[in-house]
Amino acid sequence: MDINDFRSLITVLGFLCFLGICAWAYSKHAKAGFDEAARLPLSDDDLPAQGGRQDQEGKANG
Amino acid sequence: MQSQATYNYKVVRQFAIMTVVWGIVGMLVGVIAAAQLVWPELNVHEFLHFGRLRPLHTNAVIFAFGGCALFATSYYVVQRTCHATLFAPKLAAFTFWGWQLVIVLAAITLPLGYTTSKEYAELEWPIDILIAVVWVSYAVVFFGTIVKRKISHIYVANWFFGAFILTVALLHIVNSAAIPVSLFSMKSYSAYAGVQDAMIQWWYGHNAVGFFLTAGFLGMMYYFVPKQADRPVYSYRLSVVHFWALIFTYMWAGPHHLHYTALPDWTQSVGMVFSLILLAPSWGGMINGVLTLSGAWHKLRTDPILKFLITSLSFYGMSTFEGPMMSIKTVNALSHYTDWTVGHVHSGALGWVAMISIGAVYFLLPRLYGRSEMYSVKLINAHFWIATIGIVLYIASMWISGVMQGLMWRATNPDGTLTYSFVESVKASYPFWTIRFIGGALFLGGMFIMFYNMVKTIAGQKAYDAPVLAPAAAHA
Repeated sequence: MDINDFRSLITVLGFLCFLGICAWAYSKHAKAGFDEAARLPLSDDDLPAQGGRQDQEGKANG
Repeated sequence: MQSQATYNYKVVRQFAIMTVVWGIVGMLVGVIAAAQLVWPELNVHEFLHFGRLRPLHTNAVIFAFGGCALFATSYYVVQRTCHATLFAPKLAAFTFWGWQLVIVLAAITLPLGYTTSKEYAELEWPIDILIAVVWVSYAVVFFGTIVKRKISHIYVANWFFGAFILTVALLHIVNSAAIPVSLFSMKSYSAYAGVQDAMIQWWYGHNAVGFFLTAGFLGMMYYFVPKQADRPVYSYRLSVVHFWALIFTYMWAGPHHLHYTALPDWTQSVGMVFSLILLAPSWGGMINGVLTLSGAWHKLRTDPILKFLITSLSFYGMSTFEGPMMSIKTVNALSHYTDWTVGHVHSGALGWVAMISIGAVYFLLPRLYGRSEMYSVKLINAHFWIATIGIVLYIASMWISGVMQGLMWRATNPDGTLTYSFVESVKASYPFWTIRFIGGALFLGGMFIMFYNMVKTIAGQKAYDAPVLAPAAAHA
């Protein structure tokens, strides 16, 4: 096999791999996990405890 | 015992403060260089000549300002989303001091005239070795923290940060391969020759844009936009797909920097096609970030940090539309080597990179010093408007002068001779260079406001290290 055939093969395999990722990402199977993952930064309260104003803000949004 | 542990905020604080400091230094050098174009008498000494200050400006804003912002945010985000303290804290401290040393060495050697003459990779070989050591340490700290995470899922922001760290290591080491003249000489010659050297340089150069200035800052976007808007990412699926699309396509776009050169024609065309494809994953990120705000648009009215973050995404969308258009060979024939390119770069650099970094640092500073918000929210708002007006003046003037220069350079008389000499296009550019100088000065002015606000926020506050909390139970 010529080195250029190998290069073409890698490109095609890369593309197929990408299509696979798309199919996986949009599958029903992945949805629940993604929804939970998307909340990951939000469920982590990183404000220092004494934040008075932020608390009101939090209530208004809740 | 676990509740006693605190996150390693020290290194985040150090990098966050230096982001603002280096931002001011780098942008000041940029404003001086812009002034030198308007008033050439300002080229007072060889050390301070435009040709030496220009690489100092680009290195300072990209690697000192942008780099410190990326270190600060990635160290913060990886800890908070993994619920784990930084792996190898001493090595993390080394990345801070090592990176500052790199910056100081750059600030000394570039004005002295030591340069490889490779754009965005000007630093000579001893500094390149130091960069490689610091960068590999950064990778060890970052991925070590990912390994010790308490949450099985690796949040999408960390994927972007991880891709940025890995790719920059690869790009830097390959492109900086050089043979020094002697062990005691700063001078080196590239390991590559001719057009291969040019291609490797722009494979590096464009991926520095793609991974240093895009993937890393998208990592920032995927954490700070949802946090500040208090909304989950619009589509997590889209974030996965556009991440991999960026990874698969960015590597090929470099040749568009070498249109109509000795680079083989087919390589130029491949570069152009992949640059056009890049529009899709770039806009995937932009749409995902902006739509995270859907249903919470009212927050934009009152929250200047969110204004910075969302405006940065608008500029990201604009410049990633403009970029593919400029990579089309026929458009490039007009735009290349003109101020249009400079305008395009700054709509990305000031609009996207700087604005999202500024927003992220405003988000971080109060949290790193045990406060609920910055000293003055009004000053953040003032900074936002001054910066925005500065950017608009900058890029609009560069668009006009760029197109004008391109048209003047290609204009021919009926007998085939050039209509304008080069110096006539220089003369015609002066008014626009003056407007650019004003725009840049405004943006720099905003950074001084930020510095004042930062000092006031920190003054009298003790450094705060948040406790490491066990991951909250999943409740949606």
